[in-house]
Amino acid sequence: MSLTENEIQSIDHEIALVPYKKAAVIEALKIVQQHRGWVSDESVEAIAGYLEMSPAEVDSVATFYNLIFRKPVGRHVILLCDSISCYVMGYKELYSALSKKISIKFGETTPDKRFTLLPNCCLGCCDHAPAFMIDEDLYQDVKEGELEEILNKYA
Amino acid sequence: MERPLTQHIDPNGSPLSLAAYEQVGGYAAVRKALKGMTPQEVQKLVQDSNLKGRGGAGFNTGMKWSFVPMGNGVPQVRYLIANADEMEPGTFKDRVLLEGNPHQLIEGMILAGYAIQANISYVFLRWAYRKAAQVIRKSIDEAYAAGYLGKNILGSGYNLDMHLHTGVGRYMCGEETALLNALEGKRATPRAKPPFPQVSGLFGKPTIVNNVETFCCVPHIVNNGADWFKGLSHSEDGGTKLYGVSGKVKRPGCWELPMGVTMRELIEEHAGGMQDGVQLKGVLPGGASTDFLTAEHLDIKMDFASVAAAGSRLGTGTMIVMDDATCPVGFVHNLQHFFAQESCGWCTPCREGLPWVEKILLSLEKGEGSEADMELLHMHAQFLGPGHTFCALAPGAMEPLQSALKYFREDFEKHIHEKRCPYANHQ
Repeated sequence: MSLTENEIQSIDHEIALVPYKKAAVIEALKIVQQHRGWVSDESVEAIAGYLEMSPAEVDSVATFYNLIFRKPVGRHVILLCDSISCYVMGYKELYSALSKKISIKFGETTPDKRFTLLPNCCLGCCDHAPAFMIDEDLYQDVKEGELEEILNKYA
Repeated sequence: MERPLTQHIDPNGSPLSLAAYEQVGGYAAVRKALKGMTPQEVQKLVQDSNLKGRGGAGFNTGMKWSFVPMGNGVPQVRYLIANADEMEPGTFKDRVLLEGNPHQLIEGMILAGYAIQANISYVFLRWAYRKAAQVIRKSIDEAYAAGYLGKNILGSGYNLDMHLHTGVGRYMCGEETALLNALEGKRATPRAKPPFPQVSGLFGKPTIVNNVETFCCVPHIVNNGADWFKGLSHSEDGGTKLYGVSGKVKRPGCWELPMGVTMRELIEEHAGGMQDGVQLKGVLPGGASTDFLTAEHLDIKMDFASVAAAGSRLGTGTMIVMDDATCPVGFVHNLQHFFAQESCGWCTPCREGLPWVEKILLSLEKGEGSEADMELLHMHAQFLGPGHTFCALAPGAMEPLQSALKYFREDFEKHIHEKRCPYANHQ
């Protein structure tokens, strides 16, 4: 699938800020993911063509970064912090409860495509552990009893 | 007690706007420096203040700036970067500064940019800090509109552009040279040094990368002088420090205190001591890549030299407390899982060694370990240590491991002899 006009406009803006096209590749991946939810093989090829790179070169960057998704994700992505302060404060129990509630494990998407559940290293709110993010919303000091209400906000 | 970095931050309030920041003396340092000081004078002042980098390494900031080639016949394009990646587990101090007083960071960056005569700057911010991203983006726009950024700042003839770059998640991006590769659109693998970034950095041009907290100190040094800054401290290192405590303490949090407060004061006074029913067993004093200290070290000063003398590192000054109901093997396994996952794969010892360490620790946790595993762990602690790998990620990972083997050896052995995790019932 080729790049849309909107995507090209945003990518051109990023290219103007750097000395050569290739340097805008991470921004291009972010832009495409923002529009399409994830980065498919076709998207990688389209970006490569536009930035005059090989698809393998673009893919090597795309697969390096944790938050560029090379597989489809659900409508909402849950990033559960699995780092040390959350570990001490009960992330394992929170993971069990969350996983049970939406019936998926790390790396999986619910059959109705509502949620994808991913582990995420330190969210930087260690004084309010355990924590997770859903899309751009941060939830801190999370208690098992609050899960239902939080999840209900995301259709 | 003075708290220059956080005094105007309302912990539950909105970030300080440009107008509110100016009202409390904001951007006075930029006016002072750009109108009355040479770049060299700003560098010298910061060097004299003994401000040491707050990202973990603790190098004298003014001295770092002095390595940038200046004058005629050297590259005229120079870059300045704020490292706001903050992905080390247990570290959350810069978030307070980014979300609470963004103009303080911008002002510090303008002063640093002026000191090295950089004309392009970036804030490299980790993806997860969504609120900070909004706040910084808005504040950069405000600073442009007010004439603090852009061409001919305050009529001084100095130009500085500033861009916000949000990362896409990779701990390696916090390493100075890997960060440069990420900004160039590459995989964030570290670069060989020399050349150092101060000479050949972003796009091959001289570049300074400093931590957010480091930049935030600079306006106050310019306003009040080097001696005042040194006087804020209880130790040889200048200034105040943002300290944090997380884990099972009564009041986890982040506080700005004189550099060199004791660990006891932080844990017992500011964090309210341990939660009821648990005792302190170990402390990582400055993030996930520092050596454990124990209760016997509670009276050490939290400054670079004192923590080093006790066998660890001040790192980011944000400590993670391990209580006696948490299994040290499980704790270290969690850390090694993180480091193994975040290894960029550039050098073999780190790429291969860390997953091996992780697997050994997992087997110990499951009760499937043997005495030979202890030898393997010791071997890795040595061969993944300083001097054996391309960058500091694996040596950093070995710090909590080697110190856990030293202080909590009995716990490792119990796992082997009892063929189970002795803490399983307590978690």
